[in-house]
Amino acid sequence: MFLWFHKLGSPPHFYRIAGKWIPWLTWITVLLLLAGLYGGLIEAPPDYQQGESYRIIFVHVPSAWMSLFIYVVMAVCGAIIIIWRMKLAEVVLISSAPIGASFTFLALVTGSLWGKPMWGTYWVWDARLTSELILLFLYLGVIGLHNAIDDKRTAARAVAILALVGVVNIPIIHYSVEWWHSLHQGPTVTKFDKPSIHWSMLLPLLLMALAFQFYYVLALFHRCRAELLRRERNSKWVEEL
Amino acid sequence: MSHRLSLTQAFVFLLRRDLLLALRNRAEYAMPLLFFVLVITLFPLALGTSAELLARIAPGIIWVAALLAAMLSLDSIFRSDFDDGSLEQILLSAHPVAVLVLAKVTAHWLVTGVPLLLAAPLLAEMLGMPGEAQPVLLLTILLGTPILSLIGAIGVALTVGLRKGGIILSLLVLPLYVPVLIFAASAIENAASGFDPSAQIYMLMAFLFLSTSLSPWATAAALRMSVS
Repeated sequence: MFLWFHKLGSPPHFYRIAGKWIPWLTWITVLLLLAGLYGGLIEAPPDYQQGESYRIIFVHVPSAWMSLFIYVVMAVCGAIIIIWRMKLAEVVLISSAPIGASFTFLALVTGSLWGKPMWGTYWVWDARLTSELILLFLYLGVIGLHNAIDDKRTAARAVAILALVGVVNIPIIHYSVEWWHSLHQGPTVTKFDKPSIHWSMLLPLLLMALAFQFYYVLALFHRCRAELLRRERNSKWVEEL
Repeated sequence: MSHRLSLTQAFVFLLRRDLLLALRNRAEYAMPLLFFVLVITLFPLALGTSAELLARIAPGIIWVAALLAAMLSLDSIFRSDFDDGSLEQILLSAHPVAVLVLAKVTAHWLVTGVPLLLAAPLLAEMLGMPGEAQPVLLLTILLGTPILSLIGAIGVALTVGLRKGGIILSLLVLPLYVPVLIFAASAIENAASGFDPSAQIYMLMAFLFLSTSLSPWATAAALRMSVS
């Protein structure tokens, strides 16, 4: 098990394994997306208050979850980089940042599109929206800092520290719902006793969340492979490809 | 030096050195304060001189200006030491770098944060902030500006080796300043409307303790990265 992990950490091995997984991941992502979209857009009944326009949550909520999840992944990679100097973690961290930024952007855009019919405005300075916007800035900071440093191994260490510092912000985002009284509706899925969302809506939502996870891994593998080739372009295993 | 400094001596030594450097270089360190006053002066010019409006937005104006002034002065924490090589000596010393970093940040706060504290009552009065809110304003600045220096030190440590670190520094640091801004401004707001601001003050204290205990470690790690 440990050996398997150890081998996965070596760039040529990861490059090969990721290449083998990509077709499978593509199929799983497409199937989950189709199932989730079918369930969400066609099967699920309209909401008794919000009508049809609530359906945007099937994209909005999973991308908001992903925006937080990916930042945590980056912070974990950051810790691995600082402790073990593992090359693959550097690649994963850097490749995750643009994907995470896109999910954050998607969550903001879908949220504001939903806000127009529901709240009557595209944007309110509500705590959650603002913290999502700040999360976007944190992602952009990570990308910007990585671009500004020429030596990519040094850049990865800098970004690792930044990601760890930024992860302090994640709990603030998460608990902002409870801390500040705001317009955004409270959590409906993770209530402990009984979720206040009906299963016909919950099931497609979870399917979509799963699809987004798989999409993330898929996009990550593609980006990691490209990044590995760029970094190791002078090494022997790349020449042999 | 043949004898070894104790940790406390090293801390005091570094603090005194930085304060002395600041004293010899007064003009440079007066800039953030001037900037603070200037930015605040711009707001009445842009928004009109209605006393009611100014009094209402005064906490926000003062805090945004303080944030920007702190941003502007951040570079001086490590820049000159990085340029003349004394930063490497600090990193090579036998003492924990985090503690030495804390000494440098303390010096930076004494030189840039405290002047804001002294100028704030005057500006608050000029903006017509209600009298009962002013002690709270001073308290938030007293608690908030050290946090700005501590968090900013991480950003500077990450960017000090870069040729064009300035722009990227603001992108790194300003998002992290947001909680301070929110709680400081809302504490003053509460006090101005006659409510109890202690909840926000406690939050600021919590942030201060959190950043004092964690930020020097991150800064030390970032400095090692920048110097290597």
